[in-house]
Amino acid sequence: MDKSSPMDLNLSPNIVDGDDFYDELLLAHEGLNDEKSQDFNARLILILCNHIGDRRIISQALAAATEHVSSE
Amino acid sequence: MVDVRYDTAFTLYPYEQVQAQCQSQPERHPVVIIGGGPIGMGMALDLGRKGTQVLVLDDHDGVGQGSRAICFARRTLDIADRLGCGPQMLDKGVVWNVGRVFYGESEVFTFNLSPEEGLRNPAFINLQQPYFEKFLVEQIRTEQAKGAPIEIRGCNQLIGVTSHDGYVHLDVDTPDGPYSLEADWLIACDGARSPVRNIMGLDFDGRVFEDNFLIADVKMTAPFPTERWFWFEPPFKNSGQSALLHKQPDDIWRIDFQLGWDIDRKAELEPSKVRERVDAMLGDDVEYELEWTSIYTFQCRRMDKFRHGPVLFAGDSAHQVSPFGARGANSGMHDVDNLAWKLDMVIKGQAQTSLLDTYSQERELGADENIRNSTRATDFITPKSTMSKRFRNAVLELAQHAEFARPLINSGRLSTPCTYHDSPLNGPDELAGSAQVQVGAPCIDVQLGDSYLLNRLDGRFIIMGINVDVPDSLTVNGMTLPCFSLSTLEQPTIELTARYLGDANSAVYLIRPDQHVMGRWKQFDEQQITLTIEKAMGQVAH
Ligand SMILES: Cc1cc2nc3c(=O)[nH]c(=O)nc-3n(C[C@H](O)[C@H](O)[C@H](O)COP(=O)(O)OP(=O)(O)OC[C@H]3O[C@@H](n4cnc5c(N)ncnc54)[C@H](O)[C@@H]3O)c2cc1C
Repeated sequence: MDKSSPMDLNLSPNIVDGDDFYDELLLAHEGLNDEKSQDFNARLILILCNHIGDRRIISQALAAATEHVSSE
Repeated sequence: MVDVRYDTAFTLYPYEQVQAQCQSQPERHPVVIIGGGPIGMGMALDLGRKGTQVLVLDDHDGVGQGSRAICFARRTLDIADRLGCGPQMLDKGVVWNVGRVFYGESEVFTFNLSPEEGLRNPAFINLQQPYFEKFLVEQIRTEQAKGAPIEIRGCNQLIGVTSHDGYVHLDVDTPDGPYSLEADWLIACDGARSPVRNIMGLDFDGRVFEDNFLIADVKMTAPFPTERWFWFEPPFKNSGQSALLHKQPDDIWRIDFQLGWDIDRKAELEPSKVRERVDAMLGDDVEYELEWTSIYTFQCRRMDKFRHGPVLFAGDSAHQVSPFGARGANSGMHDVDNLAWKLDMVIKGQAQTSLLDTYSQERELGADENIRNSTRATDFITPKSTMSKRFRNAVLELAQHAEFARPLINSGRLSTPCTYHDSPLNGPDELAGSAQVQVGAPCIDVQLGDSYLLNRLDGRFIIMGINVDVPDSLTVNGMTLPCFSLSTLEQPTIELTARYLGDANSAVYLIRPDQHVMGRWKQFDEQQITLTIEKAMGQVAH
């Protein structure tokens, strides 16, 4: 992508070998009770958001996740 | 009858009967201030020093007992310096720089407000509010002796306000019975429960936080360091959700426990109960006396408008914040700084009354910033849902190992002054860019030989050139503006360049009486400066 153009949240498939990623995500939660799992998720979200850093992308991600809440 | 609502720490203005109480015609005053708390007294001092006649009515005869505010920020000390009583405060106060944050047993984060170069005042001092108020009143006495037209009437309780065309009628109660007064301008500095606001039926909306905090100010000589210690989920018995330990002068320590919403206030204030908590925190072997205890709840809210015709609101009467971040009294002093010069100029006929609307605009912006900051701190300290608590605790856990999480910890973002972006008073900014000081912001101090820049910004409009020649003075609008020039060759400090020039080679600053930057240019431009001032004073159409 052209460096100067502002990046938008990527909602197309972006992970090589999605099944493997998904498996690892579940594995990380294995053996955790609900409480611990939720704590884990909170830490993970914070870590990923910090890695992204770009406030605009984070806002777009929050909005994208919110959309799914309202359509439930 | 005047109710005694609290005990006083220092009696400073005992009741005295005055002539006006026996007159049938109410006496007219240019400015009456209701409330002699820190903001009312600061306002009286600022106006009186400028030669504007001012009367303060307070319903007590001195400063209330019990500290409430303990943290006073650099900008407040800079304002106090301008008002003549900064050194007394700094002398008495405890200077601190280090803050530690604990989560349960573990220390998760340390911050150091390490001193920046070239600043006259530290980032913070801790000083009991009664001392802060006492120094203001003592300075008023000093100024009175030099002829400043300030009068304080103790045990004068405001009981009625009626706005008329161009003035306000006041009903006042005293130990000798009621009397009436009139004022061209009324400044309500009568605190969070503001009787003026209530009598006028004005709104005060915002958010109430359902939590109780227990304060215990204890006197002890135990060797705890001069640091701010804050605990999330403190490990000591029964200490609630959070706790604070902070040093004040006279070997007094502020201890604060967050107790939650459903508590029995009376039982919690029993000295034996308070001591149990304090013992658990300090350890059984530490000896101390309970100096003052109190339970407080808090709100974040502000009035919609701080000016209602001839009535102006300042301090807690206009806005209220949670104590996290020490933004209450500090921001009230910013109100003083902003309003006094404007009202003074309006009274002297140098400006149109529209200048007072900029007080409202600028300080509403300031209040919003303070409310935003203290609301966020409060949400971090007292999470309102299971999920927000989970995130909060995740931040605290991560912070012990991962640096990125540390800045997210919010145990109170400490008071800083507001930059009046987009204020109608702001003039051109030809330097826009790399200098630290911005148009609308207060000037940052710089050491100049054995003095300081802020000492030269003495409460008048001032023009400062850097690497540019400026005349000795400039007359605009009947006012004479002193001008001075600095050179980075003579003052080769990194601070002067970083704070005021950035990439530019030269600059001319137009500085307001409250030391905020009004406009800046690369060269001295008499016409531009004149226009900027005239526009602010309302003398030319915008
Ligand atoms: C626990 C706690 C800790 C705090 N810590 C800090 C801190 O560290 N730093 C900080 O900056 N702020 C702090 N604050 C906030 C600070 O105490 C207030 O913001 C400050 O006192 C506001 O000053 P004021 O002059 O506007 O109002 P007040 O101090 O409330 O003064 C109002 C005055 O008006 C008088 N009055 C009221 N009614 C009438 C009437 N009818 N007639 C005549 N007079 C009247 C009262 O007697 C009083 O003297 C803290 C507050 C609390 C509760």
